[in-house]
Amino acid sequence: MPEPAKQPKRKNPVQRTRAPTLPPASRSRVALGLTAAAARGLFELQVCQDCGAVQYPPREVCRACLSHCLVWRLQDGRGELITETVLRAPQELYFRERLPWRVGNIRLDAGVNVIAFVHASVGAAPCRVRIDAALDRAGQAVLIAVPPHGRPDLSDDPKLREMTCDPRSRKILVTDGKSAVGQAAVRALMEAGADHIWIGEAEPWKKDPGFEALRDLPEVMIVPLDVTDGNSVRELAGEIGGKVDILVNTCDCHRTFSIVSRRGVETAQLEMDVNYFGLLRLAQEFAPALKARAADGATNAIAWVNLLSIFALSNYPSHGTYSASKAAAFSLSQALRADLGPAGVRVINVFPGPIDDEWDQLERPPKLSPAAVATAIVDALKRSVEDVYPGDVAQDWLARHLANPKALERELSEGAQ
Amino acid sequence: MPARLAYDDVVLAAPVTVPYTRYSIRSAHWFLGRAMAGLIAAAKIPKARVDGLAVASFTLAPDTAVGLTQHLGLTLRWLDHIPMGGASGIVSIRRAARAVQTGDAEIVACIAGDTNHTDSFRRNTASFSQFSQDAVYPYGSGGPNASFAFLTDYYMRKYGARREDFGKLCVAQRNNALKNPLALLKKPLTLDQYLNARLVADPLRLFDCVMPCAGAEGFLVMRRATAENLGLRYARLLGAIERHNAFPDDPVQYRGGWTLDRDELYEQAGIAPDDIDFLETYDDYPVINALQFEGLGFCREGDGASFIRANTFEAAGTFPFNTSGGQLSVGQAGAAGGHLGIVEAIRQLTGETLGARVPNARHGLVSGFGMINYDRGICCGAAVLAAA
Repeated sequence: MPEPAKQPKRKNPVQRTRAPTLPPASRSRVALGLTAAAARGLFELQVCQDCGAVQYPPREVCRACLSHCLVWRLQDGRGELITETVLRAPQELYFRERLPWRVGNIRLDAGVNVIAFVHASVGAAPCRVRIDAALDRAGQAVLIAVPPHGRPDLSDDPKLREMTCDPRSRKILVTDGKSAVGQAAVRALMEAGADHIWIGEAEPWKKDPGFEALRDLPEVMIVPLDVTDGNSVRELAGEIGGKVDILVNTCDCHRTFSIVSRRGVETAQLEMDVNYFGLLRLAQEFAPALKARAADGATNAIAWVNLLSIFALSNYPSHGTYSASKAAAFSLSQALRADLGPAGVRVINVFPGPIDDEWDQLERPPKLSPAAVATAIVDALKRSVEDVYPGDVAQDWLARHLANPKALERELSEGAQ
Repeated sequence: MPARLAYDDVVLAAPVTVPYTRYSIRSAHWFLGRAMAGLIAAAKIPKARVDGLAVASFTLAPDTAVGLTQHLGLTLRWLDHIPMGGASGIVSIRRAARAVQTGDAEIVACIAGDTNHTDSFRRNTASFSQFSQDAVYPYGSGGPNASFAFLTDYYMRKYGARREDFGKLCVAQRNNALKNPLALLKKPLTLDQYLNARLVADPLRLFDCVMPCAGAEGFLVMRRATAENLGLRYARLLGAIERHNAFPDDPVQYRGGWTLDRDELYEQAGIAPDDIDFLETYDDYPVINALQFEGLGFCREGDGASFIRANTFEAAGTFPFNTSGGQLSVGQAGAAGGHLGIVEAIRQLTGETLGARVPNARHGLVSGFGMINYDRGICCGAAVLAAA
């Protein structure tokens, strides 16, 4: 078994900060189906609806019966590593900077061959393995061969650690520590081995026992941050922007009304100011600094996490304006992803279902505890995903959304009556 | 299935090599143009006599054979573009032979060539095929090194082949190349140097890997009567096969498409493997030679290593093989790699050798292999040539 990653040495400040390189990102459109599944942590391959043949590499027409009806289906990934090599002279700079690479040819039990990275804990070929999908630094799906049982930590393989955004040894900004989710996130990140956490505080006059308890944690620093105030964001970015490896935006303003039950737009404006413009202000001030440090050694800037809501996918009319603000933030996060992606900084969106807090009071269970949301955030960083939907409600809505977005719209509007 | 029509009196003539260079600032058109000029000069015919053209090139884009036709100022009544990599040469022969047999063309120029800029090999492999782009290149394994590492690792474990076996072939080819003035790799190679060279993609080391370069090869296909009228020395085409995507269900490529068609090849040629005086394989990596020894019937499947141990491979050896040095010692000028062996075979059979000469060569077998589209080479071909 490989050694777990150790606390990296401090960077020599005299050394040049390297420019980021990325693995090849070009994919055919049909191959992006692999990425779409990997973004959610799933390994899916195309399966022929007519003859059932599993397909790989991705294609337009069934290799067995020429049917054009190919659908992406979850795979168990079981197979045999039949042959392998260690690449010591690849052509792309990204690979050359991280030599050597263990790559294998795996025959899946489903009857197709895949080329995949081989996790260090896999024995020599031939042996049984399981294939997982992951996102590489370019944000595209790659396949990884892991031992057939258990779920090995990608971070334990120094090459595959690149596929994760493991919070271990990272310096992290959690933008709002006053919310229950923010506090749970700080504790979960600390437990996951974060090196240092800055915790944003917008309203110092508002006392909160959970927040006060954070002050006693080691390696934690409370910093003033009001995302509705451009100057506040700018000042903090000037102070710590060049040190943040992971930004976790937990700022969230949630007021629960259908759009006709309260007159005026002030509440909706406040939600937008925090949830949408807050993200925009953070992006404008922090994103350039993260990009500049995307290749800064073992503790480079690596990820940006947005706490969105499953309501961002389809409007939940009883939370009408909140849903709209989260949809706006979701849209903006896609632009942020396009901006940070070429540097290799991953944008992770977390879409929780209703959380067990004041503003989801009237939602029926199952509801997510703030700790469960925090666990989902840490898990998303440790794994290799970019969209996570924690909780049973989120999973249910996602499934309905993917199957038929219009049907979900109707179902949600009925729930509002 | 009906029997294959014989090739009757189809012949190959005017072997031409445009000298290789490791890198070039020229485009593919330059190398293909030089090959064409070389063919005209060798055959002592006016350009207008060439009425058919078969072209293979990886770096001709955005042009195809069509663009090249105008670029070279040719007026043709038969034109083909053969995008089959190392099988293009054999496939060109097959297409051209039928064209001259039927009278669709009288003299077909078969040319292949590529340039090699300092970064062009990487860019070509990045966009080599859709499967490669989607499922190979993202793993750092674009280009053939990793693909052949898989094949070699598997073959060695399945059949007990050793690195010394592959090394013996590489050393023999280098010895052949030392006599070829056009070979790029001209330093003597010892087995120790081969075995201890730096690792590239385990188990492949430096001298297992072909060196990409710029250059071109060409020859003419016509009927025997045409060649005799022109006073050209020629080699006769006795038989030729091609096969694409053979054995798609093999988990790894441990046999090629030759296996499916070799009986018909020898039947068409009217000879047996024992009658072959020399073999020119497609040899970008040594393991693929073993697959050709087996697939073309020189030994049984899996016996490649013992066949290597039992033979010597220099031009004067017990099994003369890749007599010009092959791609591993001459260089791989892109798609011309599949024409290299054909051009060398014509030289051997017409007595026009540049270097090592196979004594009393009557029959030569040339083999082509091309296009690692995903995890294996798709195109296989072979042709039997005979001295006039």
